[in-house]
Amino acid sequence: MAEIGSFALLLALALSVYSFVAGIIALAFQNRTSLQLAGASAGRASIAAFPQESPLITTLRQASERIGETARRAGIATFAAVLLASVVLVICAFRDDFSIAYILHHSNRDLPGPYKFAVLWSGQEGSLLFWSLLLAAYGFVLRLRYKTDPRLFAYASVVLSGVQIFFLLLLNFAAHPFAIVQGTIPADGNGLNPLLQYPEMVIHPPMLYLGYVGFTIPFAFALGALIMKYPGEKWIHITRRWTMVTWAFLTCGVFLGAHWAYSVLGWGGYWGWDPVENASLMPWLTGTAFLHSVMMQEKRGMLKMWNMWLVFATFWLAILGTFLTRSGIISSVHAFAQSSIGDWFAWFLCITLVVFVFFFFKNKSHLRSEHKLESLVSRESSFLFNNLLFVLLCFTVLWGTWFPKISELVQGNKVTVGAPFYNRVAIPVALLLLILTAVGPLLAWRKTSLESLKRNFLWPTIGAIIVAIFLMVTPQSWGSAFGLKPWQDISYFYSLMAIALSVLVTLTVASEFYRGGRVISKHTGQGMFASMVQLTHRNTRRYGGYIVHFGVVVVIIGFAGAAFNQDKEMEMKNGDKMTLGAYTLICRSSTEDDNPNFYSQWAMLDVFKGGKQIDTMTPVRRFYHASQQTSTMPDIRSGLNEDLYVVFEGVNQDNGHPILRAHLNALVMWIWMGVWIMLIGTVLALIPNAPAPVRVPAPARAARTHAEPAVTGD
Amino acid sequence: MTNSNSKTKPGAPLLASFARSGNLCRKLIQTFVLLAAIFLLLGAGDPATRFTELGHQLMCICGCNQILLECNHVGCPSSDGMRNELMASLTRGDSDSLVEQGFVQKYGPTVLAAPTTKGFDRAAYIIPFAALFLGFGLIALVIRSWKSRPAPAIADGLTPVRGAELEQFRDQARKETDL
Repeated sequence: MAEIGSFALLLALALSVYSFVAGIIALAFQNRTSLQLAGASAGRASIAAFPQESPLITTLRQASERIGETARRAGIATFAAVLLASVVLVICAFRDDFSIAYILHHSNRDLPGPYKFAVLWSGQEGSLLFWSLLLAAYGFVLRLRYKTDPRLFAYASVVLSGVQIFFLLLLNFAAHPFAIVQGTIPADGNGLNPLLQYPEMVIHPPMLYLGYVGFTIPFAFALGALIMKYPGEKWIHITRRWTMVTWAFLTCGVFLGAHWAYSVLGWGGYWGWDPVENASLMPWLTGTAFLHSVMMQEKRGMLKMWNMWLVFATFWLAILGTFLTRSGIISSVHAFAQSSIGDWFAWFLCITLVVFVFFFFKNKSHLRSEHKLESLVSRESSFLFNNLLFVLLCFTVLWGTWFPKISELVQGNKVTVGAPFYNRVAIPVALLLLILTAVGPLLAWRKTSLESLKRNFLWPTIGAIIVAIFLMVTPQSWGSAFGLKPWQDISYFYSLMAIALSVLVTLTVASEFYRGGRVISKHTGQGMFASMVQLTHRNTRRYGGYIVHFGVVVVIIGFAGAAFNQDKEMEMKNGDKMTLGAYTLICRSSTEDDNPNFYSQWAMLDVFKGGKQIDTMTPVRRFYHASQQTSTMPDIRSGLNEDLYVVFEGVNQDNGHPILRAHLNALVMWIWMGVWIMLIGTVLALIPNAPAPVRVPAPARAARTHAEPAVTGD
Repeated sequence: MTNSNSKTKPGAPLLASFARSGNLCRKLIQTFVLLAAIFLLLGAGDPATRFTELGHQLMCICGCNQILLECNHVGCPSSDGMRNELMASLTRGDSDSLVEQGFVQKYGPTVLAAPTTKGFDRAAYIIPFAALFLGFGLIALVIRSWKSRPAPAIADGLTPVRGAELEQFRDQARKETDL
């Protein structure tokens, strides 16, 4: 089997190289024939319309078209070859083929089936193969849809092939997933890392990789459009859905990672500002900035250069993240093993930067913006500030991630850059961004009068202030987020600000739906809810976007809850009590169990609230036989107000009593709910707009049809 | 500026409105600064609060890369001892900076969860905020340059709608769409 996999990888590399080289040759020929044909009209998209062309040019054109077609087909065949290699690796995992080093190091006989499937992306080599597979799959779809705009797609296909060549070179020469074990083949494998043996780990990496890899598509189109000096903004329209889908995958991947950390790592948190976590956040931030600023280009033809840089930065940061994870250059709790492939990534990052910068400066005159700004108080300005803050947040994360290395270079010693740094630096910027999220949608394109801004902003602001005062004056016994005293701690102050601003955003979003719905209701006589549904359907992108904003503020409220977290650790024998917040935990018993995959210890705790038993919780600690590693499985009782999170930390070796740690984590569920809302909003934004109903006047006097005004603009 | 002058200038009500907004902004900023000062002055905590705060500014040095008070390894060779040291320092009445210095001397600078505000470490905090202000400055320049661009040419025979007439059309559009 290993031979088949190796052959498939070599074949994929050959096909990619062919697709890349033949694609370049075809495009070069096409450009040449265009120039010869049209002289000064080289910018025209099609040469087919020219009636008079010499036989030589006709031959050249036909030859270039044929070469281009073979390049496209080679790109499609690359997908088949990489898919074959991936299937072979999964089959080897299921067949317990420990002659393959990768399977030996990441699987074992008693590993449950779903995790054997997940072996594909659980280690260095497999995850690179999976990356290559996803890239090939995206390329497959792109090449099938080439008729949308054959020339632009041909350019994008060449760029994709270039990226694919890099990953296939890595797989064939630096991190071979089918490397054979030398000497005696062990009877059983080392097993999968216990932390990865969790259902979400079967979904989290694919989602994250779909996001990382997916940003190659907008980058490929952007670079293609830049190289060919693509006229107009059509490439933006073509890539819009790709970008949104990719962004949704990355969002999903990032938050699944956070949920996995929360559910498995047992430290009670979901985000530790670890370099690998930061690596996933950076492209998300620039990708989000791009999703906003791209509207400026679509609507007003502005920010063309900026958008090019944003889309490039997003792609580049996704690769940089992979470099950080795999090079070992920055220490991280969940980086892959150190290896030489970091050098490969460093070179690839340099090459992509040089290529992009070269074409940017060569063709930047093509990217001049066409419009002027009429007013500071406009949607355009809000997008500028929005982009500044997103990029600044990204820069802060990048700066914090690299600062230990910079410090080592400058002053000879490393420093730690953990949560306290990001809390001091990133939170104020995030709060500014939240203010913009509230104000932005209320601003019109071109110009907004201060009076209209005041009118639209007044009630949401009053609402937010009322909620802030309410949270401060209510008794603490109502729950974690009540009775907030912002003067007691800066984290309470930030939390109060975050919640109040979230309310402000929610009210502005609600007012947008209400006012739009009221207009439709007035014109159609429908109920308010039906009108708002119709409103959303008429401009899914705008209102889907508002729902995404609402999801974001729900997530922010969840983050704000972190200020109220409490925890307690205790050794508990049977009958012992632990009190945390409004909860009392009584240890009923502790026991142990064994199966071929792992040995487990667990405690049974009765949970009381207000003197009444409400639940029984069973936190577990496992010891995996194959890998000889331990892992905790916290028991989490989730509620809207707070999560009770109990971890079995271990056993006191002297008396055998379990040691338990309980966390009371406020508002965590809001984070997961917010992510669902964000995803629903994104799906809505992807749905095509419903056409505005056309009102047809009475036939006798009808001289024209009259379109009912629809709410437009994003 | 007198009232009579303001009547003669068409943009005067807007300027007056800006001036009023400016006063309001100043008052809001003053109130905000005052409140921030109060929050900071009232922030001093009792020993338990200080233990939690300082414990979250230190790292466990066992290699787990976790905040000291969040290290959840049973049998961790470092965290229990470090917590005891922290408690002992607080009981002695050491100041926050003395506690941190003690830990840095014993375990090295990586024991602090965030860079200090001294020496080169200051750059960690200065650079992001400098970038923020630089960004605001750049945007101000961009906006100024875009605003000063000439308006796009209009076809012969048409005159651009400006000033009061433009506002009138905007009002009409607002009323008709109720937005």
